Amino acid sequence: MQLIPCPWCGPREEAEFHYGGQAHVAYPEDPSALSDEEWAQYVFFRENPSGPFAERWSHSAGCRRWFNAVRDTRTHDLLAVYRVGEPMPEVTA
Amino acid sequence: MTVSPLAAWTDRLAALAPALDVTEVPFRSQLTVRVSDPDAIAAMGDALGVRFPAVPCTFSAGTGEFGAVEVLWLGPDEFLVTASPDLQVTIEEVLRGALQDVRGSVVDTSAQRTTVVLQGPRARDVLAHGCSVDLHPASAPRGTCVQTLLARTGIVLQVNDDGYTILVRSSFAEYFAAWLADAATEYLAVP
Amino acid sequence: MTHRTPTGGSIDRNTLLRFTFNGTEYTGHPGDTLASALLANGVHSIGTSVKLGRPRGVVAAGSEDPTSLVQVEAPFSEPMLLATTVELYDGLVARGLSGQGRLSAEPDPARYDAKHEHCDVLVVGAGPAGLVAALTAARAGARVVLVDEQNQAGGALLGVDEYLDDRPSAEWVADVVAELKSTPGVLVLERTTAFGMYQDGFVLALQKRTDHLGFAAPAAVARHRVWRIRTRQTVLATGAHERPVVFADNDRPGIMLASSARTFLHRYGVLPGSRAVVFTTNDSAYCAAIDLAESGVDIALIVDARAEAPARLSTECAARGIEVRAGQFVTGTEGSSRVEAVLVGDQRIACDTLLVSGGWNPVVSLFSQARGALRYDSELGAFVPGEELPTVRVAGSATGELDLTACTRQGRDAGAGAARAAGFTPGGQVPLPASDSRCTARSGLVLWRVPGSDDTSFVDLQRDSTVADVLRATGAGLRSLEHIKRYTTIGTAHDQGKTSGMIAAGIVAEALGVELGEQRPTTFRPPYTSVSFAALAGRDRGELHDPVRVTSIHPWHVEHGALFENVGQWKRPWYYPQPGEDLHTAVLRECRATRESVGLMDGSTLGKIDVQGQDAGKFLDMLYTNLMSTLKVGKIRYGVMCGVDGMVIDDGTVIRVGEERYLVTTTTGNAAKILDWMEEWLQTEWPHLDVHCTSVTEHWATIPLVGPRSRDVLAAVAPDLDVSNEAFEFMTWHDTTVAGVPARVCRISFSGELAYEINVTGWHGLTVWKALMEAGKPYGITPYGTETMHVLRAEKGYPIIGQETDATVTPQDLGMSWAVSKKKPDFIGKRSFARAENNRSDRKQLVGLLPVDPAVLLPEGSQIVETDRLPEPPVRMLGHVTSSYPSAALGRTFALALVRSGHDRIGETLYVPVEDALVPVTVTESVLYDKEGARRDG
Repeated sequence: MQLIPCPWCGPREEAEFHYGGQAHVAYPEDPSALSDEEWAQYVFFRENPSGPFAERWSHSAGCRRWFNAVRDTRTHDLLAVYRVGEPMPEVTA
Repeated sequence: MTVSPLAAWTDRLAALAPALDVTEVPFRSQLTVRVSDPDAIAAMGDALGVRFPAVPCTFSAGTGEFGAVEVLWLGPDEFLVTASPDLQVTIEEVLRGALQDVRGSVVDTSAQRTTVVLQGPRARDVLAHGCSVDLHPASAPRGTCVQTLLARTGIVLQVNDDGYTILVRSSFAEYFAAWLADAATEYLAVP
Repeated sequence: MTHRTPTGGSIDRNTLLRFTFNGTEYTGHPGDTLASALLANGVHSIGTSVKLGRPRGVVAAGSEDPTSLVQVEAPFSEPMLLATTVELYDGLVARGLSGQGRLSAEPDPARYDAKHEHCDVLVVGAGPAGLVAALTAARAGARVVLVDEQNQAGGALLGVDEYLDDRPSAEWVADVVAELKSTPGVLVLERTTAFGMYQDGFVLALQKRTDHLGFAAPAAVARHRVWRIRTRQTVLATGAHERPVVFADNDRPGIMLASSARTFLHRYGVLPGSRAVVFTTNDSAYCAAIDLAESGVDIALIVDARAEAPARLSTECAARGIEVRAGQFVTGTEGSSRVEAVLVGDQRIACDTLLVSGGWNPVVSLFSQARGALRYDSELGAFVPGEELPTVRVAGSATGELDLTACTRQGRDAGAGAARAAGFTPGGQVPLPASDSRCTARSGLVLWRVPGSDDTSFVDLQRDSTVADVLRATGAGLRSLEHIKRYTTIGTAHDQGKTSGMIAAGIVAEALGVELGEQRPTTFRPPYTSVSFAALAGRDRGELHDPVRVTSIHPWHVEHGALFENVGQWKRPWYYPQPGEDLHTAVLRECRATRESVGLMDGSTLGKIDVQGQDAGKFLDMLYTNLMSTLKVGKIRYGVMCGVDGMVIDDGTVIRVGEERYLVTTTTGNAAKILDWMEEWLQTEWPHLDVHCTSVTEHWATIPLVGPRSRDVLAAVAPDLDVSNEAFEFMTWHDTTVAGVPARVCRISFSGELAYEINVTGWHGLTVWKALMEAGKPYGITPYGTETMHVLRAEKGYPIIGQETDATVTPQDLGMSWAVSKKKPDFIGKRSFARAENNRSDRKQLVGLLPVDPAVLLPEGSQIVETDRLPEPPVRMLGHVTSSYPSAALGRTFALALVRSGHDRIGETLYVPVEDALVPVTVTESVLYDKEGARRDG
């Protein structure tokens, strides 16, 4: 049972959290201006790197806040957590 | 006539003494407040006679116009105000008055959760069977308030001087009571 | 004949325990294991091997033993236990196994539980290194947990009669344990095996709490407990296992690891036999030989594989008349149910016991699970911890160190280092005890096998896997140990290769002509020793398996004989059978009563979310496909929510409570998901919006009151409310008093009938329900459950999210284009509606199906095909039946279905394969009852 450090509540067991996929995928300003191709990129396509990956988590059984985390997909080690709106910190994997 | 979620459990919970003193405190007034403006937070605190908690995962208590009131930190802009029964309508009005036009919300959630007070020599042991948060006094001193999981239900857990106050969603209350009674089995034989 | 020594061992010789093994009664003593008691009775043959049926005995004294599997039959039948780890109790009944056990057909009456524990320093293993580590950390003030799999602390000291600080080692151990147990913040757990080590200092340990009590085990005490330990720092003092050497016919009962024989002698007062040969590659077996000789065992010969025997130990042996031969090997054995002779070169030596030592394997399983890299130590012939980890330290023989003083020093360093890393300052140093051990050197010969008959040279005794199997694997071109493990099954039995894995790796390296250091060892995975599923399940069984959520009205449903349906975790009344009724007759009655007079149901499980803020309307406009900001205060609108892909995710009603306040309802199963969905958009995309969402699902009890007489019933309980059609219009709400309780009444309908939805706080739900039942008596008011609700809504063609939809269905597919705004510039899902894929004419669309034979009920989930005869496969499927019911109102059966180009097929005849027949059905619009909506206003 991994610990995930909620930026508000501190480390809690992963069972309290909900996964939200890749971070920093913004809802397009004007979806109607996008081609089908561009829209499909937004809806269906996500990165799948081997290594550090910025993703969103929600502390769903705790403070219900969404936040971002950089996880090394090879080890599951959480290299950093940061609040929504903050820039992704530099990490070393 | 009102019926509390654990009305049918009074005797079964009482039977857990002396290892565990479990009491439902029904019909408490509870209001969920969403607010982040510091002035509004201060105004709300003034109106209730209790300073809102500034530190995550804590609660504060005070006494004012509405008697003993507690304010629980639930999130960076989310609080739960709890007070004696039958005050929810007036407290909601007072909080709305304090909020004025500032961004935020006040919702009466009194029947959303029921309140259970857990005391006795085995209270911490019993919770440790289902709660992964460290409740050792060094890690969770009096005034701690965490939202977490107890076995398979969410709870809000307050650490008091002499035990714990647990808020559980009304629909999960019977599961919570059944779990608690079962967890206490071993301690009934050897209190 | 007894093989018990006259004195010694930590057994209670004054108490006799009776037990039965393989049908024969024996006696033993408290402190015995089943294995030691059997050996004391001269029983060496425990079971037979899984494939070859060869007799097998006891190889080791502890949990590393590969062979002594038994089935315990009483007090409760349990398979696959090791005789060496079953503590003896009075009345024990067991029998030997042949590789497989048998699960009991009876439910296990025992309790199992789990407990969370937090500490600064976890020490695994209460041998000398672990004890010193724990004491050092405890004295520094750290919260310490010490776990050990034995029933008493001491580790390797339990198997020797050595002295520490000039007194029996047990006294030193007892002093340390006593201090630990009396130190606040220290938890000492005996009979507790740390079996899994995970990220972030998470360690799972299994404690066997009452097994040793047998029939006297108290029922209220959990038999096994899984400790879920969260620690900052860990000291692994897990010790080492002695390793055998493989030779021909090395599997006969009576062939035992030398240190294990020594353990049986000192811990249990049991002699393994009367005449023994010792075969060793290192010094430690000499100590076993000398101890056994002094206890009366005739040591026929020590065969030392090294070119030279150790001088001092040879002299000690000579003084006791023990012959030592260096540079020789045991090449085979003879015997039937037990070893009778040992072959050394061309010499045959009669004996009843063969003690073997091939060196020591540090127990690195947990270190490896903690992702520690292992390093091959060529002097030791074993994998040892190969790096330092920030939160895990290793001490004692688990590092490969075999000298006791060095082990305790490592323990002290590790304990101090762990305490310091956890933020504590160790004070004075814990004094290290002085040892009188004869065996301090680690100089040994690395020897995996003695050449001989490959087919009877067993590597994994439990799996009956031999040297021949290993060579067959390498001969077939396998090179990786992981592959060879799977091909040969070596190391896959209950013992996970504790005695066989290293040897297999060695034989593979020799066969391939590679250095072992270049071989990657197989991955150690939890659990270290067997853990029963019952222990892992713990208390999550029966009523606690999954939370049962109930509404405030639930007691009434139970009292009135409702049968329940699980909807998510909720228990919802399914239907209320009267005597003699089955599902269909009850539901037909409930439907008829509701359509003809009045019914009511418990709708409290609906998700309810309070949405407040200046931008609440704007926010809901983005979430729903239709406009919500234009809704007037006091009005209600139905809405559909889609994902960004345009697929329907939920539906429900939206009530405008105030200028800046709405109440949104969700389907029962999606309440939490939709609140999360809202928070996700608000927190991550639109934090600038002034909107807050709060769940009030359980604050409100919700009771739909449905049917042409619902107005009369409501009027009776809500005297302040003008219930006329003019004053209380469809899709509006009023706050009033119902049965004396403040209530919000909404006029909405999920059945097409005149209907109201009464909302009161959960505390009042039961009271108001009873008042409605009372007030409805003159009209024969009928409570109905989810099944009737489903029929009533299906007759009206209303979809159920999750039944008619499956994440591939758009609002348009459901025939709900009317609910999709053309005015709004954007909402979630809108852009996807313009995608070509979502505009194909052959999309599956919601339609009604009427079986040509009105009595035929189509099974839900049935496929739909185009022709009245099935063509050769592949058969083109047009869709499937999503809902199907008999209908009282229609006087026939009907169904809803998703059908390719369904909206264009209305009037067509299609076919549904049911068992062997193709049932003809007519495609219709999805609305089958009261198409003109005449019943809505009563």
